[in-house]
Amino acid sequence: MGSVQTDQVTMTSSTASRSYLGSAKSVLLLAAGAFMLANMYLIFMWAPTEAVMGHVQRIMYIHVPMAWLAFLAFFIVFVGSIMYLWKRESRWDMLASSAAELGVVFTSLVLITGPIWGKPIWGIWWTWDARLTTTLVLWLIYVSYLMLRAYSSNRSQGALYSAVLGVIGFVDVPIVYFAVNWWRTQHQRLVIGTGSLEGSLNADMRTTLYFSLLAFTILFSFLLWQKISMKRTEEDLRSIRYSKELTRGARIER
Amino acid sequence: MKEFLRPVFLVTWKDILLELRSREVVIASMVFAVMVVVIFNFALNVTPETVDILAPGILWVAFAFAGVLAMSRAFVIEKDQGSLEGLLLCPVSRDSLYFGKMLALFLFMTVVEAVLLPIFAVLFDFSAFSFTLIGVILLATLGFATVGTLFSSIAVNTRSREIMLPVLFFPVITPVIIGAVETSTGAIGSSVNVIGVGRWLQLIAVFDAVFLVLCPWAFGLVMEE
Amino acid sequence: MNRSEGTPAIKVVGLHKDFGDYPVLRGLNLTVEWGRLLVIFGANGSGKTTLLKLLATQYRPDRGEIWVGGIRRSQDPVAIRRIIGVVAHQPMLYQDMTCQENLTFFGRMHGLDDIPRRIDDVLHKVGLEVRRHQRVRTLSHGMQKRLAIGRAILHDPPILLMDEPESGLDQEALASMGDLLRMEAGSNRTAVMTTHNVDRGLAWGQEVAVLSDGVIAYKADRDSLDEGRFRGTYLKQIEVAP
Repeated sequence: MGSVQTDQVTMTSSTASRSYLGSAKSVLLLAAGAFMLANMYLIFMWAPTEAVMGHVQRIMYIHVPMAWLAFLAFFIVFVGSIMYLWKRESRWDMLASSAAELGVVFTSLVLITGPIWGKPIWGIWWTWDARLTTTLVLWLIYVSYLMLRAYSSNRSQGALYSAVLGVIGFVDVPIVYFAVNWWRTQHQRLVIGTGSLEGSLNADMRTTLYFSLLAFTILFSFLLWQKISMKRTEEDLRSIRYSKELTRGARIER
Repeated sequence: MKEFLRPVFLVTWKDILLELRSREVVIASMVFAVMVVVIFNFALNVTPETVDILAPGILWVAFAFAGVLAMSRAFVIEKDQGSLEGLLLCPVSRDSLYFGKMLALFLFMTVVEAVLLPIFAVLFDFSAFSFTLIGVILLATLGFATVGTLFSSIAVNTRSREIMLPVLFFPVITPVIIGAVETSTGAIGSSVNVIGVGRWLQLIAVFDAVFLVLCPWAFGLVMEE
Repeated sequence: MNRSEGTPAIKVVGLHKDFGDYPVLRGLNLTVEWGRLLVIFGANGSGKTTLLKLLATQYRPDRGEIWVGGIRRSQDPVAIRRIIGVVAHQPMLYQDMTCQENLTFFGRMHGLDDIPRRIDDVLHKVGLEVRRHQRVRTLSHGMQKRLAIGRAILHDPPILLMDEPESGLDQEALASMGDLLRMEAGSNRTAVMTTHNVDRGLAWGQEVAVLSDGVIAYKADRDSLDEGRFRGTYLKQIEVAP
C-alpha cells in the first residue's frame, strides 16, 4: 500500500514538473517561430545580393546552418549513446535517437540544398568533393543507425545496438574525412573556389549568416525537445497500458 | 596472457574445423568474387589502356563483397545452431570470443584473397607480387575483419540480417576501401600517387588500431544483451 | 565454492528485466539452497527463459542483483559461468562436429583437464557412447538433447540450469531423462529447471515455484505443497494469459 502511495506522489510531481516544462517548451516554440520569421526577412529582403552568384547564393544562409546542426545532432547522438551505454537509462536513448532522426533530416536537407546551390554556380548538380562526399557517407551511417533501430527484435536491443553504432559511427567520421580529403587531392577533376567562405562575405551577409545560425539552432532545440517528449509520452502510454493489463489480471486472481 | 589467448585460438581452430567440413564460407566467397570481376569487366569494358585505372577498383569491390559474404556466415553458423549461446556460456571473457571469431574471419578472407589475386593478375595483366600490394591487402583485410565481426554479431540478431550487415558495414569501412584502392593503384599502375603510399597505409593502420580497441569493447556490450 | 559459508546456491533480489516494451520480471526474489532441485512453472511468456538466462549471465539485469554460488553477477560473471551448466531450448552444439569433438571443444573452453575421461563418463551417463564419432547433424532430436545435457554436466558444475529440458522428447527419452535428473539431483547437484507440464514437474522437483506477473507468486517444498493453492496460482494464470 505504502509503495502505491509513493508511486502516486512521484507521478503527480513529475506531471507537475512536466507541465511546467511544457510551458517552457511553448516559449521555445514561439521563439523559434519569431526568429525564423525574422530570419526569412533577413535572408530574402535584407541581405545584399551576391555580385557573382546572384540570388541563388541566398540558399547558403539555409545550407550552412543545416550542415552545422547536422554535425551538432550527430555529436549529441555520440554523447547520448555513451551515456546510455554507461547508465542504461532510457532517457539517454531518447536523446540519442531523437538527435539521430533530426540529424538525418538536416543532412538530407544539406544534400538537397547543396546541389540546388551548386547547379547554377558550378554547372553540375553534384561533385565528389571532400565535404560533399563526407556528408554523404555520414548520411549513410546515420540512416543505417535508424534502420538498425527499426529492424531490432525488441526495443532495448535496438537501443543498445544503435548506441554502439552511435559511438562507432562518430569515431569513424574524422577518418572518413581524412580519407576523402586525400582522395580528392589525388583526383583533382574540377577546381571549385574553395577559398574561405567567410572571407568572401561582406559584413551584412555575415550578420545574416550568424543570425540564421542562431535561428536554426533555436528551431533545432525546439524540435529535439519535442521529439524527446513525444518518445517519453509513448513510453508512458506503454507503461499505463501494461499496468492496466496487470490490474485486470490481479482482479481476476483475487 | 596465455589465459586470454587459449580460448581465442580454440574458437579460431573450431571455426577452421567447421569450415573444412562444410566449406560454406571460403568457396562461396571465392566464386562470388570471380562473378563480381566478370560482371565488372562487362560493365566497364576494361581495355589495356584503362586497366591500370580500373583494375584496383574492381579488385577491391570484389574483395569487399566477398568479405561481406564471409562475415555474414561467421555468426549465422553460430546462431542457427544455438551454439553462440554455448560459446557465451563458457567461462571466458567476451574479448577472447571476439578475437577468436575475428581471427578466423581474417584467415578465411585472406585465403580467398590469396587465391583470387593471381587470378586477377592474369585476367588484368598486372604483377601480383608487390610488397605494397600484399601489405595493403593484409592491413585492409584486418580492418574488414575487425569491423565485420562486430557488425555480423549485431546483424545476426536483427530481423532481415542479410540486409543489415552490408548497410552497417559499407559506410563505416569507406576510409579503408578508399585507402586500399589508392594504394593498389600506386602498386599496380604507373600513375603517380600524390599523397604517397606510406600515408595511405598509415591511414588504414590508424583505422585498424582504433577499431581493434572499439570493436571488442562494443562486442562485449552487444553480447551481454 | 562458498558452500561452507552458508550462502545459498542461488539468490536473487529485486530482479527487474524488460525488453523495452513491457516488464518481464518485476522485482523477482528467489533463493535456492544447495543440493535442491527447484522446478519453476509458468505460462508461455511468463519470463521463465528470461529468468534462467539472467541466472546464466546471458542477460544483464535492469535492476536487482543475482548471486550464484555466492558470486555476485555484477562482479564476476565469468566465475559464475565456471560453476553452472546450462541446458537451453536449442542444443547449443556444432552440427558438423562429432559428439566427441563438441565435448572436447567445450571442455577446453572451460579449461578442464582430464578431458577424455570426462567425455567417457558423460557419454556413458547420457547413453551416447556408440555415437561418439558421429556428427551431431546425424543424431535424432532426442539424442541431441541428451548430448546437450552431457555438454552441460561435462565440467561437473555444482549448479544446473535447465530450460524445459523435457520438451520435444519421446516417452522413452523422457523416462531416461527423469532417471538422469534424479541421479544428478542425488549427486548433491543444485538444479533449477522450468516446465509447463504440471505432473512431470511435480514428479521431478523437490521444490516447486510458480512464476507469474514477473515475480515468484508461489514457492513451496514438494512435500509440504498446498496443491490447491499451487494449481490455483498456476492454472488461473494460464486462463488469464492473453
